Amino acid sequence: MSILVDQRTRLLVQGITGRDGSFHTRQMIAYGTKVVAGVTPGKGGQLFDGVVPVFDTVADAVQETQANTAVIYVPAAFAASAIFEAADAGIGLVVCITEGIPVLDMTRVLPYLHERGARLIGPNCPGLISPPQTKVGIIPGVICRPGRIGVVSRSGTLTYEIVHQLSTQGYGQSTCIGIGGDPLIGTTFLHCLAAFQADPETDAVVMIGEIGGTDEQQAAEFVTQAVKKPVVGFIAGQTAPPGRRMGHAGAIISGSSGTAAEKMAAFARAGIGVMKRPADVVPLLKERL
Amino acid sequence: MNLHEYQARAILAQHGIPVPPGEVARTADEARAIAARFARPVVVKAQVHAGGRGKAGGVKLASDPAAAAAAAAQILGMTIKGLTVHQVLIAPSVAIARESYLGIIVDRASQRPVVMVSAAGGIDIEEVAAQTPQQIQRLAVDPRYGLLPHQALGLALRLYRDLPTARAAADIMRRLYDTCYAVGASLVEINPLATTADGALVALDAKLVIDDNELERHPEIAALRDPSAEAPAEVAARQAGLTFIQLDGSVGCCVNGAGLAMATMDLVKYYGGAPANFLDIGGSSNPQKVVDALRIITADPDVRAILFNIFGGITRGDDVANGIVEATRQFRVAVPLVIRLTGTNEALAVQILTKAGFVALTDMDEAVRQAVARAGGTGAAA
Repeated sequence: MSILVDQRTRLLVQGITGRDGSFHTRQMIAYGTKVVAGVTPGKGGQLFDGVVPVFDTVADAVQETQANTAVIYVPAAFAASAIFEAADAGIGLVVCITEGIPVLDMTRVLPYLHERGARLIGPNCPGLISPPQTKVGIIPGVICRPGRIGVVSRSGTLTYEIVHQLSTQGYGQSTCIGIGGDPLIGTTFLHCLAAFQADPETDAVVMIGEIGGTDEQQAAEFVTQAVKKPVVGFIAGQTAPPGRRMGHAGAIISGSSGTAAEKMAAFARAGIGVMKRPADVVPLLKERL
Repeated sequence: MNLHEYQARAILAQHGIPVPPGEVARTADEARAIAARFARPVVVKAQVHAGGRGKAGGVKLASDPAAAAAAAAQILGMTIKGLTVHQVLIAPSVAIARESYLGIIVDRASQRPVVMVSAAGGIDIEEVAAQTPQQIQRLAVDPRYGLLPHQALGLALRLYRDLPTARAAADIMRRLYDTCYAVGASLVEINPLATTADGALVALDAKLVIDDNELERHPEIAALRDPSAEAPAEVAARQAGLTFIQLDGSVGCCVNGAGLAMATMDLVKYYGGAPANFLDIGGSSNPQKVVDALRIITADPDVRAILFNIFGGITRGDDVANGIVEATRQFRVAVPLVIRLTGTNEALAVQILTKAGFVALTDMDEAVRQAVARAGGTGAAA
């Protein structure tokens, strides 16, 4: 079992003929994901790699293939429009890998999704993977192992580092989700924690946060109220200076708010195992399982 | 991207917000000439991307052109929060009856633009927010409809009791909101919004921060960037497509991915060292980026060891290895390199590095310990 993506996922790739889209579509197919359609305006009617039908619009693709999940690899200038299009066509889960979408675009995208009952993962995220067969996005399949730990993270490569620690020490994953490093994202820690709590095949959750905003603090509050499974957490940016954007658009300490210290304290208050470094993940999980 | 006050004022004026006159001077003589044209007392203000200019001595009143020249001479070249002042704004001094604050930010919690107003203008809004939050009125705006007239007027009436002034303030708020979307601002502030002696409202000081992700579709705004107002290493990094932030430690860091880059800095500190920088080479793998990264890190005289931490996903280990080898061919790297590399094409990368005489590690903690030790720290956990 897993959350959000599994063997029922029928995936549509927006930007399938682009450089990133084509590379990662091959990777996803090789991993076992059911890629049922691609969309590139003007290339409708083609077959990607001789297997995946390409459509001009998401609506056409959904009608022909019953795709239920979309992943977006289009450039930042077109990505907000791609999200609107997916939601408009009735896609229930939209995963946006693209980095660099203006935050004011997201202020318009998010209510649109909400009205249509569509869920967005990202933007600026590595996507999700439910080992051993389904991945949507760019998380390298080779570092993951099937298992019972849920992983949710604002980061990409830092997630790989921590998943690598888990896999090499015998802790497989039910689902790993990268929720994205932007200030406005479609799915927060809170939703993922609730889903992992409800998933009978997840035993514990690893949360990887970073400086900026208050999502981790809210998640800690939620853990206190509603999460019965063990949770361990890491916050990146303990040495970050205030007022500087640390690579991710959302990773910024504003004034004295959004610091790593404040988030780690919120974790500790909620009984979350606080990792001081990535290598602490397995020892802290062991104590709690 | 931060804009200077004079640039922000010009943008607000283009959008119909009342802004008093002002001109920019780069020398004391220019300041004198501008003050002479205004023929009234002026205020001379440092144009630098830092708050607290007044407290730092970067804002001075001058009663005549000679005094304006003297003030400009003092302020130009001054350093405020590590940034050198290259330009001053000269504006006629305005008699102020009262000051308010207007600001718009994108609020992460509500995921909406939020208009903030306060009758306590002219001060540090973050200080007010922390100490007396009840002095700030906030309104989350539905971006599908924008700031509606009754919403703006409701906020304005909290600031001004007389209706004509409140209507004028509401008009400024709606224009400010539209400016936000028109230029792609992630923050816009008028602080203070001043009431002059004759009862008119003017934007006396303005701050505008543009979302970097908007610059591609707003080339006219991107052209306003002032590279002299930023650290030279950060300008070089941006031109090379790298994300780089200068810090003051001795362990240079070169990492792929922002989260891992932060975690690497944190681990340097955990083992008793201090990171010299944040550097993310990004997801694409291009040996040239590694060459550029090493050139920027080695230019920092405080760096005593350089740590590579690469977890290959999209980034290919062999590309990074080739970049390291190529860089050491092009220029001398006088400090030790500690390289941790795992993931995509790891075996090939190790082969390339070993052949060139480098040692490649696979464990992050081990690499950080070694880098800290070689930079003169202990390498022992704190």
